[in-house]
Amino acid sequence: MKMQWILAAALGALSLPALAQDKVKLVDVVELSGAGATAGTNWKNGIDLAVADINAKGGILGKQIEIVHYDTQTNPGNSRAAVQRAIDEGAYAVLGPVFSGPIGASMQIAQRAEIAQLVGGEAANLTKQGNQYLFRTSLSQTAAMPKIAKYLKDTVKAGSVAVVWVNNDFGKGGRDAIIPELEKSGIKVAVDIPTEQGQADFAADAIKVKNSNADAVFVYLNEEESARFLRAAKQQGITKPMIGETTLLGAKVIELAGDAANGVKGHVGLSIDAPIPAFQEFGKKFQAKYNYASDHNGLKGYMAVYMVKWATEKQKKFDKKGVADTLRGATIKPSDEPGILMETTIEPNGDLDRESFLAEVKDGKQVITATLPKIKP
Amino acid sequence: MTAPATHGSATPRQSRIAALPASVDGILVTLVLGAVILWFAPVGMGRYGTYVLSLWLVMSIAVMGLNLTLGYAGLKSLAQAAFMGLGAYATALLTGKLGMNWYAAFAISGLITFAVGLLLGFPALRVQAHYLAFVTLAFSTLIWLILRNEQWLTGGVFGLSNIPRPSVFGLKLDGALAFHRFVVVVTFILAIALWWMIRSPWGRAFMALRENPVRAASLGVDTRMYTLLAFAIGSAYAGFAGALYAPLVEFIDPSPFSLSQSFFLLLMVVAGGSGYLLGPFIGALLGVVLPEWLRVVGSLYLIVFATIVMLLLIACPQGVSGLLERGWAKLTGKNNLAKTGAR
Amino acid sequence: MAEFIAYLIAGIATGAIYALAAIGFTLVWQTSQTINFAQGEFVMLPAVLVLLAIKLFGAPIWLGALIGIAAFILIFGAGFKLAVVDPMIRHGVLPLAIATMALSIIMKEGAKDAFSAEAQNFPSFVPTETISVLGASISLQHVAIIIVAFAVIGLLQWFVGSTRLGRQMQATAQNPTVARILGIPVERMVLLTFVINAALAVVASVLISPIYLAKFSNGEVIGLFAFIAAIVGGFNQVRGALVGGLLVGIVDSLAAAYISASYRLAVPLILLVVIILLKPEGLMGRKEERRV
Repeated sequence: MKMQWILAAALGALSLPALAQDKVKLVDVVELSGAGATAGTNWKNGIDLAVADINAKGGILGKQIEIVHYDTQTNPGNSRAAVQRAIDEGAYAVLGPVFSGPIGASMQIAQRAEIAQLVGGEAANLTKQGNQYLFRTSLSQTAAMPKIAKYLKDTVKAGSVAVVWVNNDFGKGGRDAIIPELEKSGIKVAVDIPTEQGQADFAADAIKVKNSNADAVFVYLNEEESARFLRAAKQQGITKPMIGETTLLGAKVIELAGDAANGVKGHVGLSIDAPIPAFQEFGKKFQAKYNYASDHNGLKGYMAVYMVKWATEKQKKFDKKGVADTLRGATIKPSDEPGILMETTIEPNGDLDRESFLAEVKDGKQVITATLPKIKP
Repeated sequence: MTAPATHGSATPRQSRIAALPASVDGILVTLVLGAVILWFAPVGMGRYGTYVLSLWLVMSIAVMGLNLTLGYAGLKSLAQAAFMGLGAYATALLTGKLGMNWYAAFAISGLITFAVGLLLGFPALRVQAHYLAFVTLAFSTLIWLILRNEQWLTGGVFGLSNIPRPSVFGLKLDGALAFHRFVVVVTFILAIALWWMIRSPWGRAFMALRENPVRAASLGVDTRMYTLLAFAIGSAYAGFAGALYAPLVEFIDPSPFSLSQSFFLLLMVVAGGSGYLLGPFIGALLGVVLPEWLRVVGSLYLIVFATIVMLLLIACPQGVSGLLERGWAKLTGKNNLAKTGAR
Repeated sequence: MAEFIAYLIAGIATGAIYALAAIGFTLVWQTSQTINFAQGEFVMLPAVLVLLAIKLFGAPIWLGALIGIAAFILIFGAGFKLAVVDPMIRHGVLPLAIATMALSIIMKEGAKDAFSAEAQNFPSFVPTETISVLGASISLQHVAIIIVAFAVIGLLQWFVGSTRLGRQMQATAQNPTVARILGIPVERMVLLTFVINAALAVVASVLISPIYLAKFSNGEVIGLFAFIAAIVGGFNQVRGALVGGLLVGIVDSLAAAYISASYRLAVPLILLVVIILLKPEGLMGRKEERRV
C-alpha cells in the first residue's frame, strides 16, 4: 500500500506541473445522449466555440484552455461519476450539466471539492440549497415568470390563460413558477396541460386548449415540441395569442413551425436575435462553425467559459476556489470582458440578473419589441 | 475464472452431480477472492474510480436478481429498473425524510419489492409465463409515471437530494472508500445468498423448470409457485440494489428507473451470460464500466459500446460467460459442455 | 359530442402512424420469430439518411431520397438479416432481441453524430392543408397515412393469399420444415420479408417525418407505441398491426382528454394488460401451437 502511495505521488509530481504550466483544464459534463441530448449538444458547441476563440487570442493569463466533454447520458448516476472524474483529473472548473436531475446529482461533489460549477439549468430550486459553488448561466424561472405574467396582464390583457408545459424539470419548474404569478395578477388558469418530453403528437392537447376558450395560451415547451404544438394549434384553428419564453420564440422553432410560428409573442432571455451586436456576432460565428442556428443553450455554454475567464483574470491567478469567490456577487461588464455579451450580475446564491427582451415573430423572424431592465438595476 | 462456475448451472443433470464439488469451490473461491480484491482495489484509484467500482457492484446486484428471474427461471421481466426504483425511493424516503436507520430501510425495500413481485407475477403467471413480459412492461411505465407525477412524495422531476449514507457500528460511511467497502460487503452477502439458493433443492427446481417445464411439472415441482418465487426474489434483489443506489449517488430522480433502463439491465444479463452465476458481474462490467473506459474514444463511445455488445452476441449468444466456457472447454478438451447455457 | 369526435379523429390520425410502424413487427415475427427492438429506429433513419445524402452531396431531393432509401434497404433489410439475424436465430428470441437493442443504440447515436442532434424539417410529398371531417380538422398528411396503412395491409394480404411467391412465404411462416421439404427456398423467403420490412420502414419514415420532424430520438416513441400496438392487435397477424395501432392511438388521445394528461402513457398499457389477460394472442391474432 505504501508503495502505491509513493508511486502515485511520484507520478503526480511528474505529470502535474508539466501540464499545469501550459494548459488550464476545463471539464464539461453534459447531456450528449438521452433525453437532454439536443440541449446538451448546443451547450457543448457553445463551449467549444468560446474555447477556440479564447485560445486563438492567447488563452487565459497566457495559458491555453484544454476542454474535455463527458456525457451524462441524462442520468444522475453517470453525471456524478463524470463530475467526480473531472475533479480527480484536476479540473479548474466544471461546466454543465444542463438538466436539473444531473445537476442535482453532481452539485454536492463540486461543492465538497470547492470548485466552481457553471450550469445551464433554469429550475428555481437549484439555487435555493445554499450551494456557494453553483452558478447559473441564464435567468432563473423565478426571475423570468413575473415578467411574463405582467406582459399577459398589461399588454395581452388576458383574463384567462391556458398553460401548456413539458413534464420535465424545465417545464414543471416553469409551470410552478408562472401559476402563482398569474394568480397574483388576477388571471384565471383556464386549463393546465402537461405534455411528455419528446412528444410527437399534440393534436389532443391543442383540442383541449381550443375548448378551454382561454384568452391566451402560455406555451412552455422545448424548441421542437414548441414547433409541433404550434403546428397542431394551427391545424385545430386556434387563433388566440400564443405567449411563451425563449424556447417558443427561437430561430429553431420558427424554422420548424414555419407559418404556424407567426404572431407568437413573449419574453426572451438569451437570443441570437437580440438587438445587441455581440449576440448577433455570436450567432453568425456559431452558424458558420456548426451549420445551424444556436439556441439559448449554445449562448449559455459560450458565456460559461467567459465567466471562468473573467474571474481568473480578475483574481490574476489560477485559484480554483477563488473562481467561485470572485464570481459570487460580481457584475461582469462587456467593456471588461466582451465574451460575456451583455452586462451580467451574479447574485450571492448563484442566480443571474440581466436585461431581457420582449419579442414577437413577424414574417418568420424574431423581432424584439422592448428591452426589459434588470430586476435590480 | 468463471469457467468452473458454469459447470453447475449449465450442464445436464447427471454430469452436474458429478461436477458438483468442483463447481461449488470454483464459484465460492471466485466470490471470496473477488470480494478481497475489491476491498483493496480502490486504494490509489481516486474517488472517480472508486465510485465507478461501487456503481458496478450495485448494478450487479440488480442484474443478479434479473439473472435469477431470467437465467434460472426463464421469465422475461421488463421491470427490473422499476423495482430498483421502488427500492431506491423507499430507502431515500425512509432514511432521508423519516430518519430511519438504513438497515431497516434496506429490509423494507426488499420486502416491498418482493411483495409487489408476488402481486404482479401471480395473475400474469396464471395465464402463461411469457405474458409476464407484457405485464412488467406496463408496470414499469406506470411506476415511472408515479415517480415523476407524485411530486409531493417523490420530488417528481426534481428528484430527491441529500440522501444520507449508512453507518456501521456508529462509524459514518460518508467517504468514497468507506462506502465502497460497505457496498462490497453487501454485494458479497447477497451473492453468497444467491449461490446458496441455486445450490439448494430449491434452486435445482428452478433449473429443472427452465430446462424442461413439462418434465419438471410431471416430477412434482409446483411450477407456478417456483416461477413466482423466482420472480419475487429476483425483484427483491432489484429492491436491494436500489437501497444501495440511493445513498451511493446521494440523489435520485426517475430517469435511472425508466423502461429503457430495464431493457438495459436485460442487456447486461444476456451479454454477461444468463444462467451463469457470475454472469451478472461480467454483464454489469460491460454495462457500467465499459462505457466509462470507452470515453477515451470521445463522442462515439456509445456506438463503439453497442457495436461491441452486438458483435459479442453475434459471436456468442450465450454472452461472455458462454464464450469463456467455450474457451475453457477447448482448453480442457471437454466438448460436451459447449451446447448448453442460456435459452 | 363535437369535442369527442375531434379527439377521436385526432386519435385515428395518430393511430395510423403507429399502425404503419407496427406492421414491421408482425412481419418479421411471422417468418422468423424475431422481435426487432430497433423497429422505431428503422422508421426514424430513412428520413435522416435522405437529409444526410442531400447535405453531403448537395443532391436534389429526389436523388438524395433515392440514395438514402437504397442504402437503407440494402443495409437494414438484407444486411440486417444476414449479419445479425442469421447467426443468432437458432439461439432463441432473447439474444437476438438484445442484439437489436444494441443496434438501436448504434442507429440512434449514429444519426445524432453523423447528422444532427436537432430536429429537422422533412419535405412532405402530400399537401399540408387540413380538411374538416364531421366538424373536426385533420391534415391531408394524416389522411394519406391512413390510406397507405390500409393499402399496405391490403396489399400484403393479397400478396400472401394470391401470389405464388406470397403463398411460399406464408408456408415458410407457418412451418419452415415442411416448406423446405416442399422445395420452397425458405432462406430466400425469410430474406424477402426483411427486405419488405425495410421498404415499409422507408414508406413509414417518408410519411411520418414531415409531421414528427426528422430527429435521431424519434424512434423511441414510435418504437414503443408500435410495439404496444402489435401486442394489442396480435403479433402473428399483419392486420393486427392496423387494429392495434388505431386502438392505441384512439385510447391515447381520449386518455389525454378525459382521464389525465400526466398519466396518458399509462392508459394504453393498461389496455394492453387487460387485452392480454382476456385474449392472450391479441385481438386479431391466431392461437399459436408453438411449444414454449
